[in-house]
Amino acid sequence: MFNYNFRWNQALNSLPQMLEGALVTMEIAILSMVIGISVAILLTLFRLSGNRLLYAIATTWVEIARNTPALFQIYMVHFGLGGFGIHLSPYLSLLIGIAFNNAGYLAENFRGALKAIPETQTRAARSLGMTPIQAFQNVILPQMLRISFLPMTNQMVWAILMTSLGAVVAMNTDLYGVTSDLNARTFRTFELFAIAAVIFYVITKVITLSARLLAARLFRY
Amino acid sequence: MIEIENVRKSFGALEVLKGINLTVAKGEVLTVIGGSGSGKSTLLTCINGLEPIDSGRILVDGVEVHAKSTDLNKLRQKIGIVFQQWNAFPHLTVLENVMLAQVKVLKRSKAEAEAEAAKQLNHVGLGEKMSVYPSRLSGGQQQRMAIARALAMSPDYMLFDEVTSALDPQLVGEVLDTLRMLASEGMTMICVTHEMKFAREVSDRVAFFHKGVMAEIAPPEQLFGAPKDPELQKFLAATH
Amino acid sequence: MFDTALTTNDLIFLAQGAGMTLVVTAISVFFGTILGIIFGVIRYQVGPWWAAPLTFVLDVFRSIPLLIQLVLANAFVTTVLGWRISGFTVACGVLSLYTAAYCAEIVRGGIEAVPATLRRAARSLGMTWGQDMTYVVLPLATRVALPSWIGLALGVMKDSALVYIVQVVELLKSTQILITRLQEPLFLLMICGLFYFLISFPIARLGGYLEKRWSND
Repeated sequence: MFNYNFRWNQALNSLPQMLEGALVTMEIAILSMVIGISVAILLTLFRLSGNRLLYAIATTWVEIARNTPALFQIYMVHFGLGGFGIHLSPYLSLLIGIAFNNAGYLAENFRGALKAIPETQTRAARSLGMTPIQAFQNVILPQMLRISFLPMTNQMVWAILMTSLGAVVAMNTDLYGVTSDLNARTFRTFELFAIAAVIFYVITKVITLSARLLAARLFRY
Repeated sequence: MIEIENVRKSFGALEVLKGINLTVAKGEVLTVIGGSGSGKSTLLTCINGLEPIDSGRILVDGVEVHAKSTDLNKLRQKIGIVFQQWNAFPHLTVLENVMLAQVKVLKRSKAEAEAEAAKQLNHVGLGEKMSVYPSRLSGGQQQRMAIARALAMSPDYMLFDEVTSALDPQLVGEVLDTLRMLASEGMTMICVTHEMKFAREVSDRVAFFHKGVMAEIAPPEQLFGAPKDPELQKFLAATH
Repeated sequence: MFDTALTTNDLIFLAQGAGMTLVVTAISVFFGTILGIIFGVIRYQVGPWWAAPLTFVLDVFRSIPLLIQLVLANAFVTTVLGWRISGFTVACGVLSLYTAAYCAEIVRGGIEAVPATLRRAARSLGMTWGQDMTYVVLPLATRVALPSWIGLALGVMKDSALVYIVQVVELLKSTQILITRLQEPLFLLMICGLFYFLISFPIARLGGYLEKRWSND
């Protein structure tokens, strides 16, 4: 049917290396989410603070993250900071770039989630003697994270997909980087990337599924 | 003692409190009645400092609520307030709802807070519902939970802001019964309400607010039996 | 001001890159939307069981990095099939399908948002399926779907930065080429980022505005 000899065996021999790459991919995605969620909470507080400077910082962050390509953001971290004499490793550039993107998108989701929580919740908490911070931490934050759970899951999937963008900063230990390196040596492009695609697909499904299980356990109300 | 001295308060161009003077003694049950927009609910939120005031002052046990030096979070521990909308925290069980502020604000241990929460929940008749989430409760039950939540902070004063107005008619009774019980136990209470029968039964004094002014204040027999203020006469005629 | 070695020719080079970004985006969004509407209507019309294979394929496009989709498609077309085909065509093809995968979800969501009672009313007035779709479902579903569709189109523009992998020189790639030559990464990246931002930001705002206005009534 094709004038092309598929050599799946040869490509499959590289599976262990690719799976190791997949672990790095997951590690970066998870770390970028942990950082992203923490920063997004901080940005949300900045926007609630009523302080103009903090509000401007948060808004600028969110708008840049949402209105420029993720690839550009990773590029900026690696080569842009390089212009300031700050040279980060490919791993760090990729991680920070994705975390930057995550934080921007999540902060916007959190903003939407806050709108769904009645003002009176804060009022009730304050009337019990809680400080604004206590009210946010104990009453608003848990509800906000619950409402944002699905968007957070989607962002996690995005984070996995975004790790492939490490290619532009010569990242070579993640799944895409490993595959790309193997390809440079063997030229079995189709077979190698097809296997990588399957691994990516499985990872994203596992994440979506575990998120659903986690949600069922976490949110019983 | 709560002392309200010449308090004025506006929302934009609208003056909702036009110089209110009122003193509530320890152990007294005061109900406040009046039409909507009369300023009665605003007064409650001013007493525990949720709303700022424009002039005058409010003293709670001699502490000026709106003074800059006053620690409002501390003051609010003495003044429980329950709103028309019960504002259950949906992510916490009934028990956790009542425990939260005790642990975070009063720094009680979990065990102490749990014992106190259980006591108050039993008191308002929710002993069976402690481990469920508020979404499983009726409006009346949620409102009783909100009352228990406020009581668990061991307040000296309780403010009730139209606590039955958002309830289905058949659920009003259980909440009013809870308030009656508190009144009979000697709690100092200010209740803003539309329930005239309730006001007549439990109050030591009843105040009638009209357009930001306290038009009349008297013991219930007198206020309901021989109202002097013409607006109050109209109001009572309309509600009966 | 900046002391830069950037010449007019370099600026024209960047503008060409920007033009390529816009062309690839426009083509992909155009074909992707048509396909997305077809897929979305099919998915809605035949029910979850019969649509399962289509649902699966569309989901694959949303679960694999676009970069890998491009590499795979390119390898498949050029080495496996042995066709002589430009990277530009591959890029537009993959990006169109990628767009269609997301668009189908948006379309289905839009149709599902139209109350069934309304559609039954339309059919009971003697409207055909086509008339019901054209005069009842389409206008109502568009309202629900348009803000998301605007978001999708902007997303495709940003994702089009990845087509460099199949040798298409779009804005980010041309920026990168200039960076290598001029060694002024920060300045050049700022120009590049500003371009994306100036297109994306106002349109995203418009989408947000439409969403707010239409959800209020």
